[in-house]
Amino acid sequence: MLLITCPHCGPRPELEFVHGGEAHIARPAQPEALNAEEWTEYLYMRANPKGLHAERWRHLHGCARFFNALRDTTTDQFVVTYKTGEARPDLKGPAA
Amino acid sequence: MSAPFRTDAGGQIDRRKSLTFTFDGRTFQGVEGDTLASALLANGVHLMGRSFKYHRPRGVLGAGSEEPNALVSVRRDKARVTPNLRATQVELYDGLVAQSQNRWPSLNFDMGAVTSLLSPFIPAGFYYKTFMWPRKAWDHLYEPAIRAAAGLGDAPTEADPDRYLNRFAHCEVLVIGAGPAGLAAALAASKSGQRVMLVDEQAQFGGSLLAVTDALIDGKPAQVWLDETLATLAANPKVTMICRANAFGYFAHNMIGITERLSEHQAHPDAGAPRERLWQVRAREVVLATGAIERPLVFPDNDRPGVLLADAARIYLNRYGVKPGKRVVVATGHDEAYRAALDMHRAGVEIAAIVDARPYPRGPLVEAAKAAGLTVREGYAITGTIGELRVNGAYIAPIIAAGQVGQTETLSCDGVLMSGGFTPSVHLFSQSRGKVVWDETLETYLPGQSAEAERSAGACRGRFGLAQALADGFAAGADAARHPVTHSFAVEAVEGDPKGVVGALPHNRGQGAKAFIDWQNDVTTKDLKLAVREGFQSIEHIKRYTTTGMATDQGKTSNLNALGVISDALHRPIPQIGLTTFRMPYTPVTFGVLAGMARGDLFDPIRTTPIHDWAVEQGAVFEDVSLWKRARFFPQGREDMEAAVRRECLSVRKDCGIFDASTLGKIEVVGPDAAEFMNRMYINAWTKLGVGKCRYGILCREDGFVTDDGVVGRIAHDRFHVTTTTGGAARVLGMMEDYLQTEWPELNVWLTSTTEQWAVIALQGPKARTILEGLVEGIDLSPEALSHMSLTEGKICGVPTRLFRVSFSGELGFEINVPAEHGRKVWEAIWAAGQPHGLTPYGTETMHVLRAEKGFIIIGQETDGTATPDDVGLTWAVGKAKPDYVGKRSLARPAMADPARKQLVGLLTQDPAVVLDEGAQIIVTRGQKPPMKLMGHVTSSYHSAVMGRSIALAMVSGGRARRGETLHVPMPEGDIAVTVTSPVFYDPEGARVNG
Amino acid sequence: MADLMTNAPSMARHVLRGRLEALLAAEGALGFALPREACRSASLNDAHALWLGPDEWLILSAPEAGLGDRLEGAMGAHPHSLVEVTDRQVGLVVSGIEAEAVLSVGCPLDLDQAAFPIGMCTRTVLSKAEIVLWRTGPETFHLEVWRSFAAYLRAFLTASAVVPVAD
Repeated sequence: MLLITCPHCGPRPELEFVHGGEAHIARPAQPEALNAEEWTEYLYMRANPKGLHAERWRHLHGCARFFNALRDTTTDQFVVTYKTGEARPDLKGPAA
Repeated sequence: MSAPFRTDAGGQIDRRKSLTFTFDGRTFQGVEGDTLASALLANGVHLMGRSFKYHRPRGVLGAGSEEPNALVSVRRDKARVTPNLRATQVELYDGLVAQSQNRWPSLNFDMGAVTSLLSPFIPAGFYYKTFMWPRKAWDHLYEPAIRAAAGLGDAPTEADPDRYLNRFAHCEVLVIGAGPAGLAAALAASKSGQRVMLVDEQAQFGGSLLAVTDALIDGKPAQVWLDETLATLAANPKVTMICRANAFGYFAHNMIGITERLSEHQAHPDAGAPRERLWQVRAREVVLATGAIERPLVFPDNDRPGVLLADAARIYLNRYGVKPGKRVVVATGHDEAYRAALDMHRAGVEIAAIVDARPYPRGPLVEAAKAAGLTVREGYAITGTIGELRVNGAYIAPIIAAGQVGQTETLSCDGVLMSGGFTPSVHLFSQSRGKVVWDETLETYLPGQSAEAERSAGACRGRFGLAQALADGFAAGADAARHPVTHSFAVEAVEGDPKGVVGALPHNRGQGAKAFIDWQNDVTTKDLKLAVREGFQSIEHIKRYTTTGMATDQGKTSNLNALGVISDALHRPIPQIGLTTFRMPYTPVTFGVLAGMARGDLFDPIRTTPIHDWAVEQGAVFEDVSLWKRARFFPQGREDMEAAVRRECLSVRKDCGIFDASTLGKIEVVGPDAAEFMNRMYINAWTKLGVGKCRYGILCREDGFVTDDGVVGRIAHDRFHVTTTTGGAARVLGMMEDYLQTEWPELNVWLTSTTEQWAVIALQGPKARTILEGLVEGIDLSPEALSHMSLTEGKICGVPTRLFRVSFSGELGFEINVPAEHGRKVWEAIWAAGQPHGLTPYGTETMHVLRAEKGFIIIGQETDGTATPDDVGLTWAVGKAKPDYVGKRSLARPAMADPARKQLVGLLTQDPAVVLDEGAQIIVTRGQKPPMKLMGHVTSSYHSAVMGRSIALAMVSGGRARRGETLHVPMPEGDIAVTVTSPVFYDPEGARVNG
Repeated sequence: MADLMTNAPSMARHVLRGRLEALLAAEGALGFALPREACRSASLNDAHALWLGPDEWLILSAPEAGLGDRLEGAMGAHPHSLVEVTDRQVGLVVSGIEAEAVLSVGCPLDLDQAAFPIGMCTRTVLSKAEIVLWRTGPETFHLEVWRSFAAYLRAFLTASAVVPVAD
């Protein structure tokens, strides 16, 4: 069971969290302005990197806040977690 | 009968406490402190099992969890049969009933052993090569036959009656293994004042110390030091010690899974006493002190009963007071076997010879053996054994060149003690994703770079010998606790060379000889060599092809020897061959302990409404809706569901029905931006919805498909009472929070679940107003004051209420929300008031029929995650002037407007008595053969009492344009002709709702 | 077991959310500051404010004290949300020397006083139910659980407490 550091509550067990998919995919301000390819890109296309991945989590059974995390998909180590709205930290993986 | 191989004194047993047990129906005596294996050995019984593939007779090989041979079933009753237990770990209790496995009819005479005669014909990969053709025979012939022949042990025939517990625990330092290194680590860590947990798989703490007879630690005999250390640790309130604890898995972020055996070892566990407990321990730091496992020697017929590991034999002698035989051959490539030989010799076991494969063994243990007058055959290999169900002789021969031996001699004996050295237990380290590295000096894999906050200590990282283990353990414990404490142990012990031999010994026994590598899966050197000859090079492939290391023991005794043999065959050094991944569990765990407390009534929460008990008292039949119990119908007398639902439906249409809608999800959307938020989420327009008005809301996902619906009431300018489907409550709130928190955090609006704040009583039918009138205070129920789709606040039966005038039945209807605590009281008051008016309670089944008569959809029944609002006829609900809402852009995609999309329609069977099957497919022309062109499917289908016939809803391609067409529903009995209609069957003008 | 688990006295419950001005106004009505530190509570007499999220508090008060109306009145037009949830959940008190161990059967949090001190409160899980866990004393915990999960929670705690857990 992962130990996930909620930016509000500190390190907490995975049982309290739900995963929320890839982070930093903002909903377009004017969806109508997007053509079909652009909308498809927003709606469906997601990264699946080997290594650091920015992803959303929600501390559902805790403070109930969404937040973002950089997790290394090869080791399951969380490099950093940060609040929704904050920029993705400019970090490389622990091994890099 | 006194046990003939029991010594007179010594060990960790109590000879005064005799225990009676049976093995394969024979009665034996053991003593307190015995394991099943030690008790059988004390009685001279070595034969404890048959091997998996060849059914060869097998004796006990080890003394601990590494045991591959002596697998037994322990039976308490029909429901309590535990197969595949290692006899070496089964603690003896009075009345224990154990049976050997994998034999028929008996262990001594096993018909299955004919496979051994066929063994030249069942080499590695036999199954893959043989049962390939014809393909059809696999399902009906080969697989059932192989499954019957395979499988180890029998499962119990009744449900597991035992209880299992769970426990989450946290500590700063978790020490796994309570041998000398682990004890020293716990001792050091405990001095920090932090929380320390010490776990060990055995019934007693001490590990190898439990069999030490001659060493001094800090001037005290090892046993005294052990007792004092355990007392010190036990007296520390910050130290938790758990024995009988199998640390089976190393999970992410220092979570260790441990199963603790609580009552398995007791003769008469208290009724209801839990059998096992699962510990989920989160440790800041872990110390792995998991020791090392003795390696067998690989030589022909090394699997005969009576052949066992030398150190295991020493443990049986020193800890359990059991001699392995009267005259034994000690075959070795490692110094520790000399210690075993010396202890045997002192206990009166005759040593036929010490046969050492090393050319010039030297050192204090070797010298001590020679000084004691024991015969040492240097540079000799054991090349075979003689005997059937028990070894009665051994072949030995001098090693004259690489892979060659000279003249064979025969030694008579009733036991062979063997040792190839010790393999560090890196299982948990490897599970933690740590990388093992090959150590050239010790010729073994040792823990390398850690991936988690852990360190290994003692024999599991190659620090063999008592002095090294203690020092290494103490340092590891101090390091883990980040506590600068030191101690240098004064150890007086004779210690030998840690290096042993790896791989197979040379022999001259010809091609037919079977030298076992993996006892449990019956893998021999020949199998591995064959795999290499057939082109396999990767250890991962060889493992799967030969099954070496894949049995329940996970190759504890076999992995390194297998690598040695493969290395020889490939002419490549071991580190270039690699090592397979160690899988959890370290030793098998029961399904029961993994299921834990989640069974029976505690399997899942059973959610009930405030009105539930009333429905129970009325004899309602319930159905599960997500975690809720909902009343499905209220049968009277001997009514079945069909009859009850018909009566309930007609009552609602004619008089009035009362229905518990408390499970509906409810979300309070509050704040100055509440209407703006609702506009962005729901497809409907909310800005102009007046306070006190309601609207049927539709929620789409961003991909444009309907995901939920429900009535939304505007309580105040800045407050909406949103209802969701019962099953969608949590999902909808999560979706709303997602948009609010991550897309529109600037909105001044907040969401609060009020699902369980309110009990919801639906009153539906022409007499609903009449029934309610006398119960409300400050509420005008007249159609002028409270029209359809409006709400008001006031009191009912003295309780505050949010009273909605809404209808999911098409009749005049009210939904009365009252605080849950008062739900039953108000329900009963309405019930009493309704008696003169024919009020009838109804359940979800009637609710479904009533709404289907009106063509109202149910999310998840008419919709399946691919239906747009237009598909289900809800275009009227879309707020077309809104610039945006969730799903709007997707709904503008051309495919969403395709006229061939499946659309909601009604279906009427030409025979009104026929009720279609829900889920049935729809075709255009009758009499088609598969593959048919499927035009849609039936989503809801009922007998409608008020219509006097069957009705159905369906999703049909281009359905709305097909009104009046005849389509067909293909069924096994033949096609059923149906006519496409409007989905609204009853009161299409909608007059009744305004009653 | 009867001693281990009791029903909490009846109380009024509100969920308070809002922007800073509203919170300051609410504090005036409460008579004490809302805890801003994560997972902490503050109390005055019978009124308690439990931090549940960065802008979310569970306010517990005496049933007839009218605190909800006073809060609503104080916050007025400042952006906020005050929702009564008195009947949404029920309170259970788990107390005794075994309280920590019994809760640890189903709760994955570290309940040692060093990690979970008196006054700490948080949403978490107890086996398959979500709860609010609030430590009110060295050996006393107040649990809030949605009412339909209460029967499950009681049964789970009862099953957890049957065996000796003094380890």
